[in-house]
Amino acid sequence: MKSNVARFWREIPQRYNLIGNKCDSCERIFFPPRESCPYCRRKSIGKMKDLKLNGKGEVISYTIIHVAPEDFEKQVPYPVAVIKLDEGPKVTAQIVDCDISNVKIGMKVESTFRRIQEDGYIGAIYYGYKFKPLEEVK
Amino acid sequence: MRDVAVIGIGLTKFGELWDKSFRQLISEAGSKAILDSGISGADIDAMYIGSMSSGRFVGQEHVGALVADASGFSHMHIPATRVEGACASGALAVREGYLSIASGINDVVVIGGIEKMNDVAGTTATETLQTAADQEWEAFFGQTFPGIYATIATRHMHEYGTTKEDLAKVAVKNHANGALNPTAQYQREITLEKALNATMVAYPLGLFDCSPVTDGAASVVLCAAEKAKQFSDKPVKIIGSGQASDTLALHARRDICTLDATVYAGKMAYNQAKIQPNDIDFAEVHDCFTIAEILAIEDLGFVKKGEGGKAIDNKISTLDGSKPINTSGGLKSKGHPVGATGVAQIVEVALQLRGEADKRQVKDVKIGLAHNIGGSGATCVVHIMERM
Repeated sequence: MKSNVARFWREIPQRYNLIGNKCDSCERIFFPPRESCPYCRRKSIGKMKDLKLNGKGEVISYTIIHVAPEDFEKQVPYPVAVIKLDEGPKVTAQIVDCDISNVKIGMKVESTFRRIQEDGYIGAIYYGYKFKPLEEVK
Repeated sequence: MRDVAVIGIGLTKFGELWDKSFRQLISEAGSKAILDSGISGADIDAMYIGSMSSGRFVGQEHVGALVADASGFSHMHIPATRVEGACASGALAVREGYLSIASGINDVVVIGGIEKMNDVAGTTATETLQTAADQEWEAFFGQTFPGIYATIATRHMHEYGTTKEDLAKVAVKNHANGALNPTAQYQREITLEKALNATMVAYPLGLFDCSPVTDGAASVVLCAAEKAKQFSDKPVKIIGSGQASDTLALHARRDICTLDATVYAGKMAYNQAKIQPNDIDFAEVHDCFTIAEILAIEDLGFVKKGEGGKAIDNKISTLDGSKPINTSGGLKSKGHPVGATGVAQIVEVALQLRGEADKRQVKDVKIGLAHNIGGSGATCVVHIMERM
């Protein structure tokens, strides 16, 4: 689905730097950042503080994509995982820099800044996070 | 609050219907339901239409009014509303109609559900279905809709020992049921080997773990139960209606292996009907992927969490089992025209309760359940129905 570039531009802080936020009332941490805390609701309004996440986490589950949308066709087969970050929030992202057969539930990973997709030959290139095996256990 | 009954049902054939248009399909299903119900056009107070993405599939929005027009009711100016909740659009339309009658506003309501998915290329159909997922935080990173359910399956296998064979057996069972259903898209049985050796779509899900792209429409006529016998001699009462929401993205959920929306919608429907999961004789559940049927029977309380994969071996979910699941063939074999699915499930439950399910009729059934999911579980609608 092709969209205006602004849509992707406004998400740069989160996608480039993994910036989430924290509820000052209950200290829960969210990614992507939320306007208010679902648990504290009105108490949290105006009390959500930006928080940079350390980018490290663990694979909770994964799949290997064999049939992909047009923008990702060149990359198949590629692994996509749900990763639980050290600070608590979970994200969906590709796993890179390792053999597909080595992707496992429980593997420790860290985020890395990569090209995600592009709008054809002259279109915009979108960047964001992927995850790779944590260095020391590689 | 008033009781509500289903007094008419209608279905088109499900499949690749190249020779039929969007309006032909919905008019055909609607006419069948209206003729079956015994009502006339003048009795209809309102129409609710479930369609997930007519705008992307056939380039047409504003399909509430279009359906009223195509059905011949434009000059009567019957209010017609389109309802959307991804793949749960159909059951949401049923529930909106149900609520409007239960509240006392309407007496007779016609529900339609439709999707015409084969007018676009396969890749466009897949991308359109994917809009049910979180576009910004799942799809952007290369996750696909089958990929999301595959991620659930990998975790279910890890946590509960569910196997690829357990998944494949769901497809084999539902194809066997679909072979007995004259409106099903695939009226043929498949072997376990064929299912297991199919092309990989998103590990661990192969082609036969996925429901197909389908054209089709379904319709039901709902009526205040107190007036149902004026029109029909075989009404079926809706004794419970539940609906729940959850996060759009799978990763944000409490547990990857539980669809909490199913748990909550189920509880709401069970409480209203004053029954327990054990009281359900049979059910149509949302098997958009084989793992989804396993989750549904767990989250609806038919089996314990983690034991859904063994329901076929244990003779629970088979047609001759203790609680037959997806007697119609389910989404897998009957087909999954997304907006029509939730309405078609109500049609199957009514057929079984009326004793009109022919070769796939389950004996002595009194209470049936229909379970419709939107996306990967961000919307769930459950209806429980009983013979009157």
